[in-house]
Amino acid sequence: MEACHPAAAGAYEELPRVQIAGVGKSFRSGAAELVALKEIDLEIGSGEFICILGPSGCGKSTLLNAVAGFSLPTSGRILANGREVSSPGPDRGMVFQEYALFPWMTVAGNVAFGLELKKLPKRQIAERVDALLEKLGLNEFRDRFPKDLSGGMKQRVAIARVLALDSPIMLMDEPFGALDALTRRTLQDELLRIWVEFKKTVLFVTHSIQESIYLADRVVVMTYRPGSVKRIVPVPIPHPRDINSPQFVALQKELTQMVMEEQERFQKDELGSAACD
Amino acid sequence: MAKQLLHATVLPFGLLLIWELLTRSRLINPQILPAPSQVVLRWIDYAKPLAPYREAHLGPVAWLFSGELPLDLFATSYRVVVGFLIGAGLALPLGLLMGASDAVYKLCNSLVQILRPIPPIAYIPLAILWFGLGNPPAFFLIALGVFFPVLMNTISGVRHVDSIYLRAARNLGAGGATLFLRVILPAALPQILTGLRVGIGVGFICVIVAEMIAVNSGLGFRILEAREFFWSDKIIAGMLTIGLLGLGIDTAMNRLNNHLLRWHRGLESK
Repeated sequence: MEACHPAAAGAYEELPRVQIAGVGKSFRSGAAELVALKEIDLEIGSGEFICILGPSGCGKSTLLNAVAGFSLPTSGRILANGREVSSPGPDRGMVFQEYALFPWMTVAGNVAFGLELKKLPKRQIAERVDALLEKLGLNEFRDRFPKDLSGGMKQRVAIARVLALDSPIMLMDEPFGALDALTRRTLQDELLRIWVEFKKTVLFVTHSIQESIYLADRVVVMTYRPGSVKRIVPVPIPHPRDINSPQFVALQKELTQMVMEEQERFQKDELGSAACD
Repeated sequence: MAKQLLHATVLPFGLLLIWELLTRSRLINPQILPAPSQVVLRWIDYAKPLAPYREAHLGPVAWLFSGELPLDLFATSYRVVVGFLIGAGLALPLGLLMGASDAVYKLCNSLVQILRPIPPIAYIPLAILWFGLGNPPAFFLIALGVFFPVLMNTISGVRHVDSIYLRAARNLGAGGATLFLRVILPAALPQILTGLRVGIGVGFICVIVAEMIAVNSGLGFRILEAREFFWSDKIIAGMLTIGLLGLGIDTAMNRLNNHLLRWHRGLESK
């Protein structure tokens, strides 16, 4: 099947929210140089939902970290909201796979933290936090500490914490990777609702093919080492998407084949390095 | 419940009974090991007011605590608290600074590593030379005993904050002092508290030693004094008092710990 659909990005008229141009990243370990990312070009329109898909070690998290500003690219440049990314910042809120909630703060405290940093008036913070907790069904957990929450609840708090920032861009690094299948589906649906309601531009890293098709406007498939863009596949299926529909299944088959090619290279590499040890 | 209590107490009470019988039957010289009943009587004697109640006393409460034991208990606790405050008060800021700044760490670390292995007890001659007798050398020794455990744990707590918290905080817009006060400090708190707890334990050892050498009051002084008079029952009564005070201090620290770390995964709220 041909990767189809007229360029989805064309539907967005504004300037791209995120512009990744010629981005490369290499790490040095002793004399060896590991090229993690190579010549990545990607333009993400405002309000677009992009999934970055690839096997472990393909540099998808490295790319996300570069957009977040945690570890800057060694070549090329990244523009977010029209400004060059040079450090982490609340205009690009991130949801981590490990939740990364502050365990010493209550649920409400975690959600309020970013707002307190912005030095908003107390009343405004309280109102915003209340509204978000309500929205994500966290109201009765507001005074609990993260240790008393399930994984799904923790990730809801992490999402609320980022929503509180009111940042146009939301970065998500395998956010549902550690959750059970049912919780995962619930949170995916919730994320899609939030995406529509808050008009977020989402950059979502995953290694689940099904998850990427279920969520994304476009799926960016990455190659294994050096990480580069193998293909950008638009998903022309309207929401809510039925994972059993023929269109979904066909796309899944196509993407699986692409990812498997890279996965095989990854495994060869693993076996090779194991043999060396 | 009753069965559990029986299980927990059968061995200590059994031993006490055998001990009592052995000394009563004169199989053991009571001068060497007095019977438990004799220790208890001596303990009461040690604790009760020296003189009968008279109007001249400042009131019934003051009279009640005018015995030797309450005064010793107070003197020892006072020394531990002051020494602890000095030691922890110096170690905490330095530890935070050394943990947060590589430059300060490199500057101070070699000196710390050289001084750290010297047991506080080894400072006794210097302590007396510098501070004479009385409370000051005791404060010095206790503060020294508290200082290093608090310092080392604070440094390591700050330096080993999980990077995921730092990343999340910076992503949310935190930096500089806010990052330190609201993220690094609470994240390091469990280990800082461990340091304080170990520190007060070492400080407690130091106070007893200091009282045996440099001061003439307190629980440490009292058991050494009792030895001069061959009062083995009083020695044991003093030792038990020391044990109970130590237990009290540790329990209080534990309470504080549980309260401050009620968010911590390892602790179940009771």
